[in-house]
Amino acid sequence: MGIEQLSALEIGQKIKKKELTAVEAAQACFDRMDAMESEVHAFITIDRERAMAEARRVQKGIMDGTYTGPLAGVPVAVKDNICTKGVATTCASRILENYVPPYDAHVIERLKEAGAVIIGKTNMDEFAMGSTTETSAMGITRNPRNTDHVPGGSSGGSCAAVAANEVFAALGSDTGGSIRQPSAYCGVAGMKPTYGTVSRYGLIAYASSLDQIGPVGKNVADCAALLEIISGPDRRDSTCVAGESLDFSGLWEEYKISPEAVAAGLRGMRVGVPEEYFTGGIDPQIRDAVLKAADTMKAGGAIVETFSLGMTQYMIPAYYIIACAQASSNLARFDGVKYGYRTEGAGDLHDMYKKTRAQGFGWEVKKRILLGSFVLSSGYYDAYYIKALKANRLIKEAFDRAFEKYDLILAPAAPSAAPKLGTSLTDPLKMYLSDIYTVAVNLAGLPAMSMPCGQTGSLPVGLQLIGQRFKDDIVVRGAAAYEVLRGNWMASEAPSEEVKEAL
Amino acid sequence: MSKQYETVIGLEVHVELSTKTKIFCGCSTEFGGAPNTHICPVCSGLPGALPVLNRQVVEDALALGAATHCHVNRLCRFDRKNYFYPDNPQNYQISQLYLPICHDGWLDISTGGGTRRVRIHEMHMEEDAGKLVHDEWEDSSLVDFNRSGVPLIEIVSEPDMRNSEEVIAYLEKLRSICRYLGISDCKLQEGSMRADVNLSVREVGSDVLGVRTEMKNLNSFKAIVRAIDNERERQIELLEEGRQVEQETRRWDDNKEYSYAMRSKEDAKDYRYFPDPDLPPVYIDEQWMARTNEDLPEMREEKAARYMESWGLTEDEAALLTDSRNIAEIFEKTVSLCGQAKKAANWLTGETIRLARETSVDLDHVSFAPEHLAALITLTDKGDLNNQNARKVFEAIFTDDADPEIYMEEKGLKTVTDTGLLEEITDKVLSDNPKTVEEYKGGKTKVLGFLVGQVMKQMKGKADPGLVNRMLTERLVSYKLPKNDD
Repeated sequence: MGIEQLSALEIGQKIKKKELTAVEAAQACFDRMDAMESEVHAFITIDRERAMAEARRVQKGIMDGTYTGPLAGVPVAVKDNICTKGVATTCASRILENYVPPYDAHVIERLKEAGAVIIGKTNMDEFAMGSTTETSAMGITRNPRNTDHVPGGSSGGSCAAVAANEVFAALGSDTGGSIRQPSAYCGVAGMKPTYGTVSRYGLIAYASSLDQIGPVGKNVADCAALLEIISGPDRRDSTCVAGESLDFSGLWEEYKISPEAVAAGLRGMRVGVPEEYFTGGIDPQIRDAVLKAADTMKAGGAIVETFSLGMTQYMIPAYYIIACAQASSNLARFDGVKYGYRTEGAGDLHDMYKKTRAQGFGWEVKKRILLGSFVLSSGYYDAYYIKALKANRLIKEAFDRAFEKYDLILAPAAPSAAPKLGTSLTDPLKMYLSDIYTVAVNLAGLPAMSMPCGQTGSLPVGLQLIGQRFKDDIVVRGAAAYEVLRGNWMASEAPSEEVKEAL
Repeated sequence: MSKQYETVIGLEVHVELSTKTKIFCGCSTEFGGAPNTHICPVCSGLPGALPVLNRQVVEDALALGAATHCHVNRLCRFDRKNYFYPDNPQNYQISQLYLPICHDGWLDISTGGGTRRVRIHEMHMEEDAGKLVHDEWEDSSLVDFNRSGVPLIEIVSEPDMRNSEEVIAYLEKLRSICRYLGISDCKLQEGSMRADVNLSVREVGSDVLGVRTEMKNLNSFKAIVRAIDNERERQIELLEEGRQVEQETRRWDDNKEYSYAMRSKEDAKDYRYFPDPDLPPVYIDEQWMARTNEDLPEMREEKAARYMESWGLTEDEAALLTDSRNIAEIFEKTVSLCGQAKKAANWLTGETIRLARETSVDLDHVSFAPEHLAALITLTDKGDLNNQNARKVFEAIFTDDADPEIYMEEKGLKTVTDTGLLEEITDKVLSDNPKTVEEYKGGKTKVLGFLVGQVMKQMKGKADPGLVNRMLTERLVSYKLPKNDD
């Protein structure tokens, strides 16, 4: 087994113990990329020289005691909608093809302070709009578990890179499921933190009130370690209300004791299973795998029961109205005037605007800008945008009621496993509906983690654990405990009759 | 013209705040740097940048709201106004529509026609845009974002004004308040105060509003007056011809004294306003409200009234002194130090304004220690300085904030009070000017001035002309010209 199969924390540990250098770790990633990228294409930008120089610099810092954190020297990848100073940041869009930001996003500053080595920028759906990474203007990404299938999206590149062992961990962004759904499709762990926990400064906005940066890792602990680094206050983002960084030291202590100690975290935890999430369009194999996970948690000492969440029919429409409305305004700045793509040979100013945007944006982005402009326009604002905000408030309240009774809500991450390449964009409505289990979490600003809980054929199935706002620690504790109890997810079993009957 | 028309005017005034930094980032608001030197990712609209509200802007808006008797939306919010233009880096302006910070206030204005209350509809905070520079040589346009994100307050009045005189009175009052609050210097020429005029006409006696136009590009009070008169005439002419006034935005060209239509109501843009998700609502609590009211300074009119009442100043003096809060403050401090209100007022309304004008110093920026003016007044009272020398000393105070006593000694300006020396010189002057003495004696008393001048000259200006005058008059009564022996 090569070192590329190790987790981020294991690599960090090896580097700390001087069994490995940051340079060797980075080299291992590049070697793996050489083997995988032609097939997977998880990355948009790979800057080997810069990354190797950075690895050498960090290694020096580790030797002289500048970097002491658990991920010092560990190679990580970053979704291409997060600004990196001096390295192209394209949002997988032609309109930003040659855009090189003059500043680092807050999370990049934090990663650098922690000594993590950024080895590349990952592919995504254009401007994070899509669920398959097929709307990227930089080519598609394939699911490393089965390359005929999509990796999911929009953080498909980050999840595929981690799943393909091309990198040890990555950052994604999640506006309506964009970390959790591709994590499920690719069989990795990914978390969307509570809105306001991680600064959005330097994240190129899709929908400002829903966007949140989060970690993607091979396991829960790697995600937690990344989250400790990137979370915390930042005065440059007024919506970042975190008083301090997340602190999982309790969990780390339990890991040191034994896996059993971690698993014991589930004891007495109240877990609610929304019955609406297991009827309708859900693939029976997905349902069974997720219910099996509920069963495992119950066996581990959790109190698991079903309940009715309510409001589920309003989640998709409310999400698409709010997200598109904000996107139509957020993407207005891409106009050919200041940076990015500008059309050749335009006549007057308006001609330049029109041609630049017509040529620079892809279809999915244009569709959402049009939809968003429509719902904000005079005469429709109240009927759509205001109504969607009202629905949003009711959805929030439905979750608040549930969290009076439960510590965690257990749900699938997606109604099916990763679809085949080329089958989703032709039926956009179906693609939008596949976001049913993830979008409400963003509307309500909740923390949620997706992790594999089994397989259907060659494809992983994702389990989603959702927590109350600012209870990210409970989500991580629950996920870590489940992970221990689950063991190897590739060997999936059917759920117990008891759980099946309960529904 | 057979019918009688009334003009109905409402104003939208933009006031540029003089905060040190911009409204949503830490960049300097300083006027006139090299293009794009006061910019950052936020105010140049780079991808991923986020706005953070400058609290001082809220403080300023609350103060202006309190001074104009406005209600405050204790929970106010910012909204995005979406439109494409290259001077606007995000292609939306962060402004306030749904919940502006202040609403429903008023200002009383006085004109020759009496007093009128102008109601204020609302007041909101927003960001300024950048500046487009057209390069004639290259046939291209360049954009400078230095001004992008400079804070503005927009004050929207009700259509309560009826002529240009009232409009000017309203603007002057608003300007005085802003300057007293220290929130803006309100210079129309420099664009730190901008007024758009909404004007309609109707038949006298009608209570229905006519169709209005909005006039832009008014860069001076004179331009505003001309534009109002011109637009009133234009609209009346249309109505008299049986035509309609179009609801439109017009641009005033002050050189041609003519306005032209920029866009009609049909081309009015749909700004797709919605609450800015990057900025949490601003909550103004009880304490904040109370502090705003406590910190509110005494305004110009109250001050002027108090000056007339307490110190018996004339209306003109009080008005001149209170034009600038800075001068008023120097005045009050000086009076508290030397107790001479009238004299302090004289220095501050006469010499100060003259010197300020000559040296093109804004009255708000006149700076010298009131202690020095008070000392000057005391020196003149004691007779140590005559008027002419006092003016010299004051000039040194005005320009260098000189200590009058030190300056007087250094320059040897102190009045000589040695009567023995004065008598000697007086006698010398009389004996040197027998012809003049004769004229005086012959009843031509006007020539006394010449003699005083001669004494002052001999004294190198360091005598009290009043005293010299008295001494000469006394002396001349008994003075006999020396007999000519020839």
